[in-house]
Amino acid sequence: MVRVVNAGEIAPSRSAWAVAAERIRVRAGRHLAVDGLDLTLDNGVHGLLGPNGAGKTTLMRALATVIRPVGGRLELLGQPASHGGDLRRVRRDLGYLPQQFGCYPRFTLREFVEYMAWLKQMPKAEIPGAVQRAVDRVDLTEHADRKLKTFSGGMLRRAGIAQAIVNDPRLLLLDEPTVGLDVEQRVTFRALLRELGTDSCVVVSTHLVEDVVAACTNVVLIDHGHLVWQGTPEQLADEETPDGIGDSPAERGYSALLRERRGQAVTR
Amino acid sequence: MNGRRAANDHPRHVDPVTLARYATGAEPTTTGTTGAGPTTTGTTTTGVRLGDPALWGVEAHLERCPSCRARLADLADPATSALVAGVRERLEPGLATPPAPPRRRWTPELRTSAWPIVAWTAVSVGMLLTAMAFELAYPGMPSLVLLIAPVAPLSSVAAAWSRRTDPAYEMVAATPGAGLWLLLRRAVIAMVALIPVLAVVGWQVGLSPARWLLPCLTFTTATLALGGRIGVDRAAAWLTCGWAAAVVAPALISQHSSVLFRPGSLPCWAVAALVSGVLMLLRADDHLRLASHG
Repeated sequence: MVRVVNAGEIAPSRSAWAVAAERIRVRAGRHLAVDGLDLTLDNGVHGLLGPNGAGKTTLMRALATVIRPVGGRLELLGQPASHGGDLRRVRRDLGYLPQQFGCYPRFTLREFVEYMAWLKQMPKAEIPGAVQRAVDRVDLTEHADRKLKTFSGGMLRRAGIAQAIVNDPRLLLLDEPTVGLDVEQRVTFRALLRELGTDSCVVVSTHLVEDVVAACTNVVLIDHGHLVWQGTPEQLADEETPDGIGDSPAERGYSALLRERRGQAVTR
Repeated sequence: MNGRRAANDHPRHVDPVTLARYATGAEPTTTGTTGAGPTTTGTTTTGVRLGDPALWGVEAHLERCPSCRARLADLADPATSALVAGVRERLEPGLATPPAPPRRRWTPELRTSAWPIVAWTAVSVGMLLTAMAFELAYPGMPSLVLLIAPVAPLSSVAAAWSRRTDPAYEMVAATPGAGLWLLLRRAVIAMVALIPVLAVVGWQVGLSPARWLLPCLTFTTATLALGGRIGVDRAAAWLTCGWAAAVVAPALISQHSSVLFRPGSLPCWAVAALVSGVLMLLRADDHLRLASHG
C-alpha cells in the first residue's frame, strides 16, 4: 500500500541521539539493577547482550519509560525522560515489546493491534491501514481475524511485535523477541529488524549471541548493570581469545569480554 | 504516521493559474497551444511549464491537501479522465472494501479485564445483599450497609488496573494513552456495575443516597491517589483493611453506630471527597509508570 510521506516524517530530528543515558540508575524492586550506566544510541539495530540478571530487562523498561530511573539523566528522542519532559510525546514514537506479556484472549489479532494503536493516540483514519501493514509485516495476515486465545507461543510473540511497530516508532524496544520463534521465523524476523533499523533506533535485548551477529549493526554488552563494551558484531568477534568459551568467534569474544570485566571487578 | 501535527496545515492553497500550469505542464508544451483545462485561467501564461522549484512546491502541497487534489482532477483533460474512470471501473470489483475505522470506544475497555471485574463486582454485590438482609433482620444494630458501602467498589476498581488481571499491562503502560484517564475509564466501568446495586440496597434499608455515595467516592479517589506509587490493588487492600479495623470492627463490637455516619457528618464527607479528588489529580502522573499496576 502506497502512503504519502508528509513533512512531519522527514523533518530533521533535533536530538543527536535516539537514546542518551548518563549515569542512570534504575531499581528493579529494591535491587539496583542498572547502576550508573552511560549509553548513547542512534538509528540502527542495537543488540543488548548480557548474561541473565545483567539488568537488560530493567534497562529496557527504563528506556520504555515505564520505570523512572532513580538517578542520572535519560533523554529519549530529544526529550528528557527521567525528570520532567513530555512523556506522552516520547511514547507516541515508541514501540515496546516486554519480555513477558499476555494478550487479551477474547480479542482477535486485529482488535488487539487496533486497541494498542488507539492507546498510542494514532489518528483514527490511519489506524485500519496501519494495523493491516503491521499484521502483514509479521506474517500473520491470514490469522488477523482469529481470537488470540487460539494462537501458539510464536504467533503471540509476533502479535506482540505487530503491536510494537504499528505506529512506525522512531524508537523500538524489543525484549527477547526471538523466544518461541522457529528457525524460519527467526530468519524472517531478522530481515524485518534490518529493514526497521534503516530509519529508526531498534534495541533488541537477547542473550543469544547468534541473533546479534545476524541482525544487529551494533552490540551493547552489559553486566551487573554496567556498560561493559560497545561495538560492531565484527569487533566483537575480534575480541576472541584462545581460551574463550563458545562455538563461534563472536561467542568467544563475548565470553572473553565478560571474563575480563569480572576479573577487573575482583581485583578492584 | 507522525503527521498528525502536519496533516492539516495548509497555509495557502495552490492558486488556479499555477494549478492549471501544473496540470498541463507535465509534457513540454509550446505557449498557448494546449487545450487542456485552461478555461478557468484566461491568461497568456497558461501552458508554460512550471519551473522545478514551483513544481516541487505544488507537488508537496498536493500530497497533503485533498481539496487541491480534487481541483486538479477537474483540470485533467478528457482523455486522462476517461482513462482513470476506465481503470477504476475495471479494478473496483476486485478490491476488498477497506475495514471501517474502529468506532467502538468503550467495548474494548470493557473486554480487557471483563472477567476479573465481573468476579469482584459479584463478590461486592453478594456482600451488600448479605448486609441488607442482616440489617433488615436486626434493625437495632449499626447499619452494616453504611459500614461496607465505602469500600465496596475498591476491589472492582483494583481488578481493572492490576498486573494480575490485565495480561497486557506492561505494553499498555508504555503507551501515551495510559495514565489516570485510562484508569478512570476502567474505574467508571467497574463503578457503573455496582452503583445501581448500592442504590437499590440503600433504598431498601432507607438510606439517602448521599450517605453512601460520598464515602464511596472518597475511598475510590483516595485509592487512585495512593495507588500511583504503591499500586492501585495494594492501595485498595490497605484502605479496605484499615477501614475494617478502624471503623467496622469497633462499630460491630460496641454495637453503636460510628460517629462518621451521624447525619451531621455529611459535610465532612463532602470535604474529604473533594480533598482526595484533588490529591488524585495532583498525583495523576504517577499512573504513567509501572508501579501503578501493583
